[in-house]
Amino acid sequence: MADQPTAFERFIQGILPENPVYRQVLGMCPVLAISNSMKSAMTMAGAVLFVLLGANVVTSLIRNLLKPHLRIVVFTLTIAAFVTIADRFLAAYMYQMSKALGPYIPLIIVNCIIICRCEVCASKQSVYVAAADAVGQSIGYALALASIASVREILGTGMFFGTRVLPTAWPNLAVMILPPGAFIALGLLLASANWIQNRKAKSGPKAKPAH
Amino acid sequence: MTQTQNGKAEKARRFQNSHLAQAWLCIVLALFFGGALAAVEANLGPIIAANKLNESKARVPELLLGAESGAQKADQGQAMTVTPRTVEIDKKGIKKFYTVFEASYADGRPAGWVTKVGGQGYADRIELLLGLTPDLERITGLFILDQKETPGLGNKIVEPKWRDQFKQKATHPGLKVVKTGAQNSNEIDAVTGATISSRSVVNIVNESVADLKKKLSTVPESGKDK
Repeated sequence: MADQPTAFERFIQGILPENPVYRQVLGMCPVLAISNSMKSAMTMAGAVLFVLLGANVVTSLIRNLLKPHLRIVVFTLTIAAFVTIADRFLAAYMYQMSKALGPYIPLIIVNCIIICRCEVCASKQSVYVAAADAVGQSIGYALALASIASVREILGTGMFFGTRVLPTAWPNLAVMILPPGAFIALGLLLASANWIQNRKAKSGPKAKPAH
Repeated sequence: MTQTQNGKAEKARRFQNSHLAQAWLCIVLALFFGGALAAVEANLGPIIAANKLNESKARVPELLLGAESGAQKADQGQAMTVTPRTVEIDKKGIKKFYTVFEASYADGRPAGWVTKVGGQGYADRIELLLGLTPDLERITGLFILDQKETPGLGNKIVEPKWRDQFKQKATHPGLKVVKTGAQNSNEIDAVTGATISSRSVVNIVNESVADLKKKLSTVPESGKDK
């Protein structure tokens, strides 16, 4: 247990070094599907924060009671409960948003980011570390979603968060709003993230061994 | 002595391996989360139901008068009064409930009915709003609220281009789906590659019109019965 990362390390790791989208490439389905506008992307990120925090805290609290072969059942049960709460809450107070996000809120249940964090961190470490991990990973997820969504929304509609940022002469590239745009934006952004990473690894001293 | 000890150990081992000892955490958590979700649903359920009702209600003028004149009428302050109510239909012992919005103009003239109906589609239930004239003889509009038909094929039923075929159709000889271009006035063109989805919508429309005619025609002209 001595070599487990501390709460602060977990928090920082989630944001960039182990970003759920750019480094772990987990949970791509909602990333592709709801990143066509900043509003829906940020709602999604909020829902993920709520679910991940809840699931991580509960899993960490009961980590000593877990039976190894039944742990996935318990994780899924916990996640499903929090996802249902998030889904109902959105339907009650943000009805239009909930319709726009459609099935992707309920689908957080099978989002591998959350089950991965339960498995890797929450089922082994204290509540405090698990909560820090959840917040860090969620911020990382939100940043990644924001990067893709802003590219798609700006190029596709000339708007950012629903307000116009490009001159009206901008030819709205409808393809960026449609599913192909998601793949194009994600592919280019992932490629540039890897390129930056490689350049850093080459130029910088190899002080940190890769995990 | 050793035998009883063995027996005890055996019992303990059996208990350890029993389903209950293995799964108690899952059971306790399931009960706990079940209770929590029930509480959430009890609090939020009515708000969600109201949201859905309001969404349907906001569509009523558009479905009865068409998108443009619906908006125009609203601008001129001639907004309609829309009263939601539930109509119960007894079909061979099976009770069916329809949510019906009764619309009338500001001066009390009946504007028509909008009803929320649903039925089995190709993939899942299709929920739609159907606008009808006050005498239920003509369809004034159709709007798909909820569907999970095949993307790219069946889900084209939500497009105005397809839905607008229903406008001004007479309800009396039931509507029919055709694949090769509608010729008669009671025919509806199927969506290419999605005959089942198209047929489902038409069946829902036919069935609900038939049901509602029985019930709503016995009601005196709208506006007076309330």
